[in-house]
Formats: sequence, structure tokens, C-alpha cells
Amino acid sequence: MRNVPTIYQREIMSYFYSPIAYVVISVFLIASGFFFAGNLQFWQEASLKGSLDSIQFFLLLLTPVITMKLFADETKSGTIETLMTSPVTDFDVVFGKFLAALSLYIVMILPTWIFVLFLTIFGNPDFGPIYSSYIGLLLMGGLFVSVGLLVSSFTRNQVVAAVIGIVSLIILWVIGFLSSYGDGWFYETLRYAGTFDHWESFTKGIVDTRDVIYYLSFTTLLLFITVRNVESRKWR
Amino acid sequence: MINVKNLIKRYVNINAVDDISFNVEENETVGLLGPNGAGKTTTMRILTCFMPATAGTVTVAGFDVFADSLNVRQQIGYLPENVPLYLDMRVNEYLMFRAKLKNIPRRERRKKIDYCLEMTGISNVQNQITGTLSKGYRQRVGLADTLIHDPKVLILDEPTIGLDPNQIMQIRQVIKGLGEKHTVLLSTHILPEVEMVCDRIMIIDKGKIVAMDTPANLVKQLKTGSSLVLEIKGNGEKIKESLSKIGSVSSVRFSEKGDANEFFVEGSGEEDIREAVFKRIVKDNYILREMRRQTVTLEEIFHQITTRETEEVSENA
Repeated sequence: MRNVPTIYQREIMSYFYSPIAYVVISVFLIASGFFFAGNLQFWQEASLKGSLDSIQFFLLLLTPVITMKLFADETKSGTIETLMTSPVTDFDVVFGKFLAALSLYIVMILPTWIFVLFLTIFGNPDFGPIYSSYIGLLLMGGLFVSVGLLVSSFTRNQVVAAVIGIVSLIILWVIGFLSSYGDGWFYETLRYAGTFDHWESFTKGIVDTRDVIYYLSFTTLLLFITVRNVESRKWR
Repeated sequence: MINVKNLIKRYVNINAVDDISFNVEENETVGLLGPNGAGKTTTMRILTCFMPATAGTVTVAGFDVFADSLNVRQQIGYLPENVPLYLDMRVNEYLMFRAKLKNIPRRERRKKIDYCLEMTGISNVQNQITGTLSKGYRQRVGLADTLIHDPKVLILDEPTIGLDPNQIMQIRQVIKGLGEKHTVLLSTHILPEVEMVCDRIMIIDKGKIVAMDTPANLVKQLKTGSSLVLEIKGNGEKIKESLSKIGSVSSVRFSEKGDANEFFVEGSGEEDIREAVFKRIVKDNYILREMRRQTVTLEEIFHQITTRETEEVSENA
């Protein structure tokens, strides 16, 4: 645990030294702003309802771009060797990187509060669903980042890491839809495994412990696998 | 300080390191020599806990590399080949990051960094981004990083590769200085380097130790008798005949070289044959233009040792 802040600090530093953070955040804000305006015009309603779904979709596309370099770059440049031969545990490295990427994710979604500001100026929004949606976004961010982190630990190529990360997240998103094609335990499992269903209740203003547990446990599982995968160089 | 016992590292179908055992004493500098792919880097990666061994035990400063990995890593300063650095950080930031990672107390960090910058001669570039530095400077940043936590053991994988001659001299001086207070294990295939900085040499080939001794002993081991190189003006065949008659000379070969002949004379035993050869030439009235002893260099030893094995193998096959 001792070295988590050290790793975290370096990763954050590296995010803001490279253009990636700025590019990703700009793209995200432009795109979500555009869809916020569109939804507002269409629904004529003081809520984030429609906008949040498009925001969620952009996060799904952009989070793997944030996480792609975390391990892939270290493996490619060889710095993994100096990193892993210093007195630091694999968990510290994984968790430090996870927190750094999650922080960047938070920095990315924070400016969307300006939409909320607009809504309060020109209307009278219900804050319940807004707060719960942001709790949902945070939990979902943890899951997205851990998926990207895991994928990054498997490859030395950043582009591969980003593409596989995006594909994995899309799969995770659409298997929820598949559940509507049938009944029984199989479709029920798909519905539970997919992120969409859990996300939807947050947008409705419901903070259900089942959904919270879904995100937290899934994130923990993925982080655990990542630690094991980083460790695996020791027994491969 | 370093204890390696029956170490084996097996990759899919080859043994990269094949049952090697050795010890490195405290404050000793040992050079690890071998052709490419001999298993030098693999051995070092096992010592630094980057990979585990397939079999065998390794202890560094009394800690087992597998069971006590974190303690071992705290004692080791490791400079990998090609010196990987975070190219987006400034030298200062990088060393600060490494100092924290290596658990140096907050108050001592700045002092240690300044000391290492001084030691490796990079104080003047401390505010530069490492990505903009030349290879030689990056090497030194890497070296500063390995020194920062004052480790007992330094493991350096080809520390002078890719440097210009002046930088090589400087880095060697630094390493030599470090050797007095640290245990150093360095790999290289530049032989004069080993001769200059190492107390002992270990030559490995195909994962096996083929020789391990002090540089002087290795030279002695392989020197069979004494041999001379001569340049004599005159009829080659006749001179050869004449020289062969000297009692302690075992073989004479010659080849034409310009208007004279170059002779290779080998003596039998340890006896110095120079005087006898000189007297004979003067007596026969030939003109001696040059006489020198042929010394066996490390290069030849290295070549002999590493190719002898191959020949034996191919003969068996």
C-alpha cells in the first residue's frame, strides 16, 4: 500500500505531460455538449435523461484510450523491468495506476456539471436522478477503467489495448440487450452481467445496493485478475 | 553476497541458464562474459527478481529471491540493458520518483539525488526531459537511479554499450569507484572493460559457466609455453631450419611480409627462449628487425573457451 501514492502521482503527471488527456477530455466534452443541446431541444425537459445515455456511450469509447498506455507502454519501453525490480508490490502498481486513470475519468466528467448549471438557470430540474446518475457514472467508471487496465496488461501495443478495450466494453454493454430475446436463467444471467441494466436504474434515480455491488465486485474481480496477470511473468 | 546454486531457467524448449552455481563475495566486482544469448541477461533478471528460476536457489544479501523478493529488491540496484526510462519526465522528477519507490525517507531524498547527480556527472542536465537526452546521458541517469538507495549489490547489464569512447572511460571510472564499496556484477562483451574493472571473470556460454577465475589466472591457464613473433630479413627456409635446431624451440612457422619474413616461434615449457633465438640469429648473420612476445589476451581466451565447446559438440554430433 505504501507505494500506491508514488505510482499514482507518476501516472497523473504522465497523463498531463502527454497530449492524450487533453485530447480525450476535449473530444468528450465537445461530443457530450453537442448531444446535451440536441436532447434538450428535442425533449424540452429539465433533466439529463437522454444526454446521460449518450455520455455513457462516449465514456465507453474514450475510457480505453485513457487506460491503454498504463501497462502496454511500460512493457514496450522496458520500464516494466525497472519498475518491477524496485521494492514495490504488484498490487501497489496496479492499484496506483487504477486510481490515476479513475481520477482522469472523474476530471473528464466533472465539467458536465455545467449542463446541470444550465438546467437550474433555465428550468427546475429534479436533483435526485442527477445525483444518482453521477454516482452511477463513478461506479461505471471504475468498471470501465479496470477493464481497460486488464486489457493493457495483456499487450505491449497501445492501439491493440484501446481497440480490445472498446470492443470488450461494447460487448459488456450489448449483452444486456440480448436478454430481451428470451427467458430463463441464461438470458437472466446475461441481463445481470451486462452493464446497461444496472446503469439504467441509476438514471431513474434509484441507487440500488444490488447495482452498487455489481459494479464494485466486478471492478474488484478485474483488478484482481490484473494483479495476477502482472504477477504471471513470474510463473510463465 | 550473491549465492547462486544449481540455477536453471527453462524456456519452452531450451535451457537459457543450465545448472549454474557461483558466489560473489562482498565488495567484489565480477564480470559476466559471454556471447549473445549465452544467458547473461536471464541470470541477471533472476537475481533481480524480475523472473523466477525454474529450479535452484538464489540468495542476495542473505535473502531468497523468491521468498523474500521485496527485501532482495531493496538491496539491489539494477541497470537493465538499454536503460529504460520514463521519457516524459525530467531527470529530477524521475530520480525523485525512483527515490520514493525505493523507500528513501522524505528528508534524505533530495540529498541522495544530488549526490547521485554529482557522482554520475549529470547535475547540468537535471532539469532536462529524459527523452531529449543523448544515449550517454540516459545511461548515466539509469546509473544514478541504481545508486540512489545506496544498494549493497549493483547489477549492471552492459553498462557501457552504445557510449562513445570518452563516456566509456568515465562510466568505467565510476563503476571502478563503486566497486570499492559495493558488490558489483556486470555483464559485457567488451573484454578490456572486464580486465580493467573486475576482480573476477565468469564466462558463460549456452547457459553454462565455462570458466571462472581472476583475469590473470585465466591468462596463465591458457598460455602454453611462450611464443615469439619475429621479423627477420633473409632466406626464410634457411632461417627456419636454423631456428628449429635450438633445443627449447618446439615449432617454427613463417610467412613472407614485404621484403622480410615474419616468424612465429613457439618454445616448449615455461623457459624464456628469447636469448637463445637472438644469439642464433646474430650468429647466422641475419638481420633481426623485430622481436616481441605474443601474449594471450582475454579476447583469445574468450574465443578459445567459447568455441572449444562448439567444436566438441559438433564432433560428437
